Amino acid sequence: MTLLDIHGLTIRTADGHTLVDDLSLTVAGGERLGLIGESGSGKSLTTLAVLGLLPDGMTVTGSIGLAGTQIVGAREKHLTRVRGRDAAIVFQEPLTALDPLMRVGRQIAEPLARRQGLKGTELQRAVTRALEQVRLPEPDRIARAYPHEISGGQRQRVALAMALACEPKLLIADEPTTALDVSVQAEMLDLIDTLVRERDMAVLFVSHDLAVVARVTDRVLVMKDGRAVEEGDVREIVRRPREEYTRALVGSARRLESALDARRAR
Amino acid sequence: MTQTLRTSSEAPQAAPAKRRGRRSATLITGCVLSGLIFLLALVSLVWTPYASDDTSGGRLTGPGAGHLLGTDKLGRDLFTQLMTGSRIAVEAGLGSVLIAAVAGVTLGVLAAFAQGWLDDTLSAFLDILIAFPTLLLAMLIVAARSATLGSAVLAIGLAQSAVVARVVRILVKRVLAQDYITAARTSGTSWPWIVAGHVLPNIWPTLVVNLALQFGLAVLAEAGLSYLGLGAPPPNASWGRMLQEAQATFTTAPAGALAPGVLLVLLVIGVNLVADGLRDTLDPATRRRRS
Amino acid sequence: MTPEVQTPVLELSDTSLRYRGSGAPVVQDVSLAVESGRSLALVGESGAGKTTLLRLLLGLARPTSGTVRFDGDALSLRDREQMRRFRRSVQCVFQDPYSSLDPRRRVGGIVAEPLRSLGLDTRRTAAPKVAEALERVGLPADAAERYPHEFSGGQRQRIAIARATVCHPRVLLADEPVSALDVTTRIKVVDLLAELKQERGLTLVMVSHDLSVVASLCERTAVLERGVVVEQGDTARVLGDPAHPYTRRLIDSVPRLPA
Repeated sequence: MTLLDIHGLTIRTADGHTLVDDLSLTVAGGERLGLIGESGSGKSLTTLAVLGLLPDGMTVTGSIGLAGTQIVGAREKHLTRVRGRDAAIVFQEPLTALDPLMRVGRQIAEPLARRQGLKGTELQRAVTRALEQVRLPEPDRIARAYPHEISGGQRQRVALAMALACEPKLLIADEPTTALDVSVQAEMLDLIDTLVRERDMAVLFVSHDLAVVARVTDRVLVMKDGRAVEEGDVREIVRRPREEYTRALVGSARRLESALDARRAR
Repeated sequence: MTQTLRTSSEAPQAAPAKRRGRRSATLITGCVLSGLIFLLALVSLVWTPYASDDTSGGRLTGPGAGHLLGTDKLGRDLFTQLMTGSRIAVEAGLGSVLIAAVAGVTLGVLAAFAQGWLDDTLSAFLDILIAFPTLLLAMLIVAARSATLGSAVLAIGLAQSAVVARVVRILVKRVLAQDYITAARTSGTSWPWIVAGHVLPNIWPTLVVNLALQFGLAVLAEAGLSYLGLGAPPPNASWGRMLQEAQATFTTAPAGALAPGVLLVLLVIGVNLVADGLRDTLDPATRRRRS
Repeated sequence: MTPEVQTPVLELSDTSLRYRGSGAPVVQDVSLAVESGRSLALVGESGAGKTTLLRLLLGLARPTSGTVRFDGDALSLRDREQMRRFRRSVQCVFQDPYSSLDPRRRVGGIVAEPLRSLGLDTRRTAAPKVAEALERVGLPADAAERYPHEFSGGQRQRIAIARATVCHPRVLLADEPVSALDVTTRIKVVDLLAELKQERGLTLVMVSHDLSVVASLCERTAVLERGVVVEQGDTARVLGDPAHPYTRRLIDSVPRLPA
């Protein structure tokens, strides 16, 4: 069953620049797809388009089918119902993704109350459960904290908890670990991997880092300048990149990695 | 420190599209409106239809061939008064803004560099100055000196310099936090040169817009003060006093109140449009954008 | 190892820095030496005190205790003559290429700043040196006439490197110089830095959390955790045979390409 079906997606700015050009991809229920690209490749815009969150003034053509709903051209009222239930997103920068003036617990409670109709102590317990799920220590303390009072890694876990609260069919993660420390990144990737597996959730994972994407997804789509360059199995692409751009990408990543290995072997 | 940066590539990005057309329309309209009044003020320096104390026209003559807008209750030509009034308005605006700019920028830069108790003290001082009513300040200055245009300008300029200083303080602090300031320091650039070469050029656009807005406010404030008799003394006609004098005869001779009122509104709208237009053309945010 | 007895260019001994009003020191009893020709990496994560250490090494902050030495002499921020020599010898490249270049200056003026501020050159005599520095980092000749916003992140980082190397310093401090760049761009900037090391005898002091970049460029590595150096030594030894559990955890956390 196809969960996300993007066909011929083209995104243009008001003055006619094409940012995403005739992009097509599909994600089946429970499947994981990585979107690889460097800055300006249009990968983040694509994820925003899936949720109908593109900034004003951009024109979208083509079709985006999300769990049977056509997103392109849909009314805001319609989109609100889709967001959270069918797809939820985790952004790169957790500090700006959370409301700085609202306690963490309340921010998680909001989607829980809306989607599951919980109230009172039941809601309280659901919030604690949601925070426990993302392996946050002392969930009760975190629930009472404001976003700036917890660390970057903890904030990103909270953002993940919020995204999972509505039990979406598709989790979109847009560079979710780029702003994190290496050791925190490793934990976060494991966490996403586990939680998604438990829920049999589909994932669209966006990153500029091949190695990071490979940790979470099996299939990747390489983007450059708004176009799909190459698509296939991660291992296959890393081993035998077909297109020149993919070769450059893999080559760069390999070279940095080999420096590490050479130095360690010496 | 966590990184909050998006990665960026080697290839230059496409320059962000600019909507120049609409921008310059605002700027041009503003320049035309305020330019008209500046022109009126300039002409009044060398020529007015009548002398400002010429009462030969008879009291409250209606608009006609001899007197374009008629005369006031003392028989003075209204258009002449309007012209000298525009000069006073422009002088008041420029004078106040000049004081506000010099005092405000100096104080603001000092406050931005101040640390610890000095920072707290300066901030408190600025807050008090901002809270202090301009009217009360003007009355104090008039009491100490006399009711002249200079006193009014001094009062308005001082009050505005506190507002400007607070804005400048925040702008400077923001610039000082940038890496290019650290880079300048490690390049051996001294603080005075950093302020002159990096800080001022970078706060300049926002500052100019702010000063343009202050100009409009100063014109309004001067009209208010002279309406209350705290501005330029007679026979110098200022718009505020014209309004006040025409108040009693508004129903029979509305031109006396309407004319200065309309010019006041035009000038203030004009400079505000100029400020708006400048903001759009000078704002660095539209010139450099992150991916 | 060569048995030379050379004075380190930069040296921190038992240096601590505690900000006013805060409890624990940001860096505590740190001892490090930067020897000519042996580039040093400062590795650590958020809150490790890397940036504070860099500020100490740049003479932008004064330690609460301990000393910072330059060519064997204690660095005195008051000694103008010493500071001038120091500024000429030690230059810096920052992480964020968008914040490190003054948006209102032309690139030529930006790159010339160290030459002008250190009183080495006038505007006229600086011009050929600026052109040479820009050429060396691989930027087109007309770059000097343009403004920073006309350049991409990778190119901006090259401009910053040109500025930092124009006065031929001995040490280049680099604060996460490539972490804001795309992978393919990252490689190019790493190559440029390696080239400068090789051809100009530049010694790097690099703050980074990216072990692969560290491994590509630095002979020595110091690992920082919460303001304390937990391990330091030759990069090959530190990365190949880490003694401290924190170092091991860092190495294990690096995401790897599938085999």
